[in-house]
Amino acid sequence: MSFNIESYYSGQSKENVILLYKGNVDSDVINHVLDSVEEKMVAVNDNPKLRKKVYNVLVESLQNLYHHVDRVPDDFEDQVEKYGLLVVSRVNGGYKIITGNFVQSENIEKLEEKIKRINRSSHEEIKELYKFILNHQRISAKGGGGLGLVDIARKTGNKLDYAFVQYNNNYSFFYLDILVNEEKEN
Amino acid sequence: MEPIIIEGTPKTPTVKFDAGAGIFEIKGRSIPENSVEFYKPLVDWLESYKESPLTKTTVNIRLEYFNTSSSKCILDVFKKLEAIHKAKNEVEVNWYYEEDDEDMLEAGEDYESIIRVPFKMIEITD
Repeated sequence: MSFNIESYYSGQSKENVILLYKGNVDSDVINHVLDSVEEKMVAVNDNPKLRKKVYNVLVESLQNLYHHVDRVPDDFEDQVEKYGLLVVSRVNGGYKIITGNFVQSENIEKLEEKIKRINRSSHEEIKELYKFILNHQRISAKGGGGLGLVDIARKTGNKLDYAFVQYNNNYSFFYLDILVNEEKEN
Repeated sequence: MEPIIIEGTPKTPTVKFDAGAGIFEIKGRSIPENSVEFYKPLVDWLESYKESPLTKTTVNIRLEYFNTSSSKCILDVFKKLEAIHKAKNEVEVNWYYEEDDEDMLEAGEDYESIIRVPFKMIEITD
């Protein structure tokens, strides 16, 4: 089997990648990634508004990995507890954030339904959905609030691009492809 | 009541809850992975304060970032304040946001629409 995690994004221009991480997503890794990306954004003098949006989206996407990843398949090369992929690249007018993680086949449908629901909602509907979940859903046993994807869609104003690439019968690798750019009109 | 004073870290906010003055402040970044662990003591403290609050309580929220897991905990804090307000005590929330930070302003407006306590939105311009 020739499963290659990097093939999904390797077609994109490598020189624009400012951060690439593959491996266990724990609290220290999250801190390190946030510091590093923030430093780089300050260094190139991005406007504070964009910087904040990117930072917020990074926090949510990393913590989504932290709280929700399924365990890796038994035959996968890197046997860590919370395997995740993160690629941050600079694109015209903003940043592209790609995350990747394993999802067990039986969990795909639920996740995809959630993304589709967000993607067919207007900005106003997403705001209302956020408030509804905020007010009615408790924090799960895993520690997530169920708000991460909704928040990302709300803050970026962009649709969530995604893909499930089959790894074997029981697992797929899920890519989430987020564009954070300046001056989004609602 | 003993005040709560917590120094901020890169992932958790500075907290000053002073029952004697009736002034409560949360300031900085609130992006911990486990936000319940951080906020539970604050919510418990407010539960005790609720028993004999001052006639006026002022709450200053001055956050630069907060994650969605904190957002639920912050709502729990506001729910305690709502209960104090409902018991005929004056409660006022000052929600600070940095210039042009529409996301933070909108976040304040979300809470304002859920919680029946007067909110004041204050733009920081410096």
